[in-house]
Amino acid sequence: MKTDELYRQTVGKKEITFSISSKIEAIDEAVQKATAFASDAGFGDDALFGIDMAVREALANAVKHGNKLDETKNVEITLINLDRGMEITIRDFGKGFDVSEVPDPTNPENLLKASGRGILFMHNFVDKVEWQQHAEGGMIVKMTKNC
Amino acid sequence: MAELNLTERQAGDITILDMDGKVTIGEGSVALRNTIRRLLGEGKKKILLNLGSVGYIDSSGIGELVSSFTAVNKEGGTLKLLNLTQKIQDLLAITKLLTVFDVFENEGEALSSFN
Repeated sequence: MKTDELYRQTVGKKEITFSISSKIEAIDEAVQKATAFASDAGFGDDALFGIDMAVREALANAVKHGNKLDETKNVEITLINLDRGMEITIRDFGKGFDVSEVPDPTNPENLLKASGRGILFMHNFVDKVEWQQHAEGGMIVKMTKNC
Repeated sequence: MAELNLTERQAGDITILDMDGKVTIGEGSVALRNTIRRLLGEGKKKILLNLGSVGYIDSSGIGELVSSFTAVNKEGGTLKLLNLTQKIQDLLAITKLLTVFDVFENEGEALSSFN
């Protein structure tokens, strides 16, 4: 899908919800949609970069670790334009995980690990990140970026 | 067009990989992994990654840099980084990987450091 089409889908909207299938190739388009929405909401370049990074990492976690690349499972994305920011909610349909048990990738013993830095990036690039198990299964991550 | 283009140059026994594009989950990360594997298979163990034209990298791409570094080290070689953009430098600082990688802004200095 072209960027201008993505932009038309988001422009002027207070809230949008959409889904992607659990494949790596679907992540880019969803990230573009989120940044188009954020741009329309008035975020500047630095904030857009942060939103891009955080959404990409959250989607990668949902697709790869949550839904385990099972294309029969979707990832749901909701974008809400708040008065002073933006709320991004991403839900997968996997088994969930305890975020407190994710090793700190900046600990010396973890520095040379190939993965495990996505959550660190999410915390770094948005103002608030919360995880919760959905009552009907799956994991929800809610991120807030202030204007 | 590929997500990441890798162009190989040789400076003596040092292989310089000019990277152009994005190193993100999927195609970009795989392209880097395959190239490093091939170079090691050819016995090229001194590798300089030129990231000057890498506009975007995510945690998967950072992970691939780390995997490349450990794979080259395991073979008794050396991998160093050249021309990091400010954003990539910031990401390596956040992840504390600036303490792991040898990073250069000047190609000549980077090449000299191998010997």
